[in-house]
Amino acid sequence: MRETVAALIRKDLQLERRSFESVPAMLMFSISTFVLFHFGLDRGSLAGDLAAGVLWVTLLLAAVLGMNRLFVAEREQGGFDGFLMAPVDRTALFVAKAAVLFGFLVAVELVAVPAFVVLLLEPGIGQALPELLAVLVLADAGIAVVGTLIGALGVQTRARDLIIPVIALPLLVPVVIAAAEATAPLLAAGGAGDFPVRWLGVLALYDAVFGLLAYAVFDFLLEE
Amino acid sequence: MTFGRGLRALSIASAVLVTGAFALVFFYASNDADQGFVQKIFYVHVPLAIVALCGFVAGGIFGIKHLRSGERADDLRSYVAIHISLVFAVGVLITGSIWARASWGHWWLWDEPTLVSFLIVFLLYACYQPLRFSIEDPERQARYASVFAIVAGAFVPLNFLAVRMAEQLSHPRVLGTTGGSMPGDMRLTFVVALVGVTCLFVTLWKYELASKSASIQLRSLRRRLAGDDGLAPLTRSAAPQQL
Amino acid sequence: MATAATTAGSAPAVALEGVGRAYGERVALREISFTLPAGATVAVFGANGAGKTTLLRILAGLLRPHAGRATVLGAELPREAYRSRGRTGLLAHEPLLYRDLTVRENLRFHARLHGVGGGRVEALCEQVGLAGRADDPVRTLSRGMTQRAAICRAVLHAPELLLLDEPFANLDPGGAAAVAPLIGRGSGPARVLISHDAEQGLAEADWVLGLRGGRQALWAAAADVALPDVRGLYV
Repeated sequence: MRETVAALIRKDLQLERRSFESVPAMLMFSISTFVLFHFGLDRGSLAGDLAAGVLWVTLLLAAVLGMNRLFVAEREQGGFDGFLMAPVDRTALFVAKAAVLFGFLVAVELVAVPAFVVLLLEPGIGQALPELLAVLVLADAGIAVVGTLIGALGVQTRARDLIIPVIALPLLVPVVIAAAEATAPLLAAGGAGDFPVRWLGVLALYDAVFGLLAYAVFDFLLEE
Repeated sequence: MTFGRGLRALSIASAVLVTGAFALVFFYASNDADQGFVQKIFYVHVPLAIVALCGFVAGGIFGIKHLRSGERADDLRSYVAIHISLVFAVGVLITGSIWARASWGHWWLWDEPTLVSFLIVFLLYACYQPLRFSIEDPERQARYASVFAIVAGAFVPLNFLAVRMAEQLSHPRVLGTTGGSMPGDMRLTFVVALVGVTCLFVTLWKYELASKSASIQLRSLRRRLAGDDGLAPLTRSAAPQQL
Repeated sequence: MATAATTAGSAPAVALEGVGRAYGERVALREISFTLPAGATVAVFGANGAGKTTLLRILAGLLRPHAGRATVLGAELPREAYRSRGRTGLLAHEPLLYRDLTVRENLRFHARLHGVGGGRVEALCEQVGLAGRADDPVRTLSRGMTQRAAICRAVLHAPELLLLDEPFANLDPGGAAAVAPLIGRGSGPARVLISHDAEQGLAEADWVLGLRGGRQALWAAAADVALPDVRGLYV
């Protein structure tokens, strides 16, 4: 199982490096969205829950771009068939793809979050960095799990690019709620406030429930 | 496969209970001290909400059964449960909105977690039929629909929890009157309303199951009589067309 | 049923009994029954839409049969599909290769999935004449070269059963000669071969299966089948 997951991840990273489809698009989209928010809200700088909301909504929408592309190569170039005929555990595909989507999100955030700080954030985040990282990791895990599942669900349908966001966004509302609530005090104008750890609990619960569920149910999406 | 057993008894029970509930609401239950007459919409709003949520979860359970057994009848049950729950959910949104307007002057309230959760749940389940419609192969359509029903069914309680937690901390509950603090006559009315709405759901569910399974069986009989090419082929549909 | 000479005591490569498969109401295959001994070749003939590709995909374990029993390499599908997975090789209409990756990257990926070493990849590339182009992305290859790469992918894991959908299409004589030891007569594995070239198909096969409208119109030893019988299937 581990070797299969490793082989799948390696193949996806090779493809991304060759074609540069997902990560740059997600990144450019994030930064453009920050600019849009600046003009849309007519504010030069944000703090507190407004900042948290803008950040998380942008990251979520960028994630949707990644979800849409996640299984396209498999679908269009026969990758499913090749994989299905190999003597491997089929759930490895889920694990690998979720890991790849998680990796893409981290790569995008490495640039987008500093960009956000520079472009839109009024206070600094230096002192709250570890907590912010914790929220990012847990929220990205949830987005990766649900995004992979819905990406696989949608890729076989006709209106793939439409169906995936429309199903995934409501499913990810709890992640946005928890992530924004957890991040808001970290971005407060008067310096970082108390960190509401219970929201990390909600994120962890979400990740656990959907992680297990997706693991159990993914096989059924691959059969014919 | 007969789905219509007990349908007459259920229909009568539903009619009696719903009428009885309405009677109790208008003639028996006392007016709420804070909100007056308007509060009575709560007897429609909350039972609809509870039954719709249970219906969505039931859809998920039938989805699990379908994936495990491959029985298309379970997919049909799941489809109908979700279908009717979606209609009830619209009812929840409308009655909630009326309540908000009458009590607070706004057509929508972000403070009421039930209403907000239902909006999100509605947005999710509104995708169910388009998803089904976009998959042509009927077997795959049923399988993917079951996966969706399971994931969405697990999502419903999680979503409720998250929304409730978010609202609790920023705004205190303003419209909720559920809980142990209901006086006796209100509680009786509420229970009757709840049982009535549940009966109504099950009756409608069985009706739709019976109707759909009858047309599916009819079609398969006609195919057998007319031969494979004798009938016009099935058009694409979100509803299950084979058992 | 008469069988061709086979290794004594080995199970048949394929045994189908009354196998059927439908897409919704449309029946793609109905009542397909035959037994293919280990190491033998069956040529499948039939017009477009007769069900050949569906049959191939069922044998590959990609489609579940809706009726009847399908046993491939001793494993009953779909219940025991995991036992035959990894022992069948599929050459489909699509090359099943990632267009943006190189030949070598594609083959190494499949090798890893099947637990095969890298040396085999190199040996195969050499053998089919792809060594010079192995580091070019698949999308830059001609159809003939892509076909050779696809054939490498199909035989990489030394399968006991080869499922070949028009393998010699797109190949020039040089290419056909290069791949013959891998997928041709005498290469070893049992083969299910779809071909529109009746003469070539008959020459390659021990048995002939004819499909018409999803039904089994013909099953006979190749020696007993003449060209007009095959041509009749396409009418």
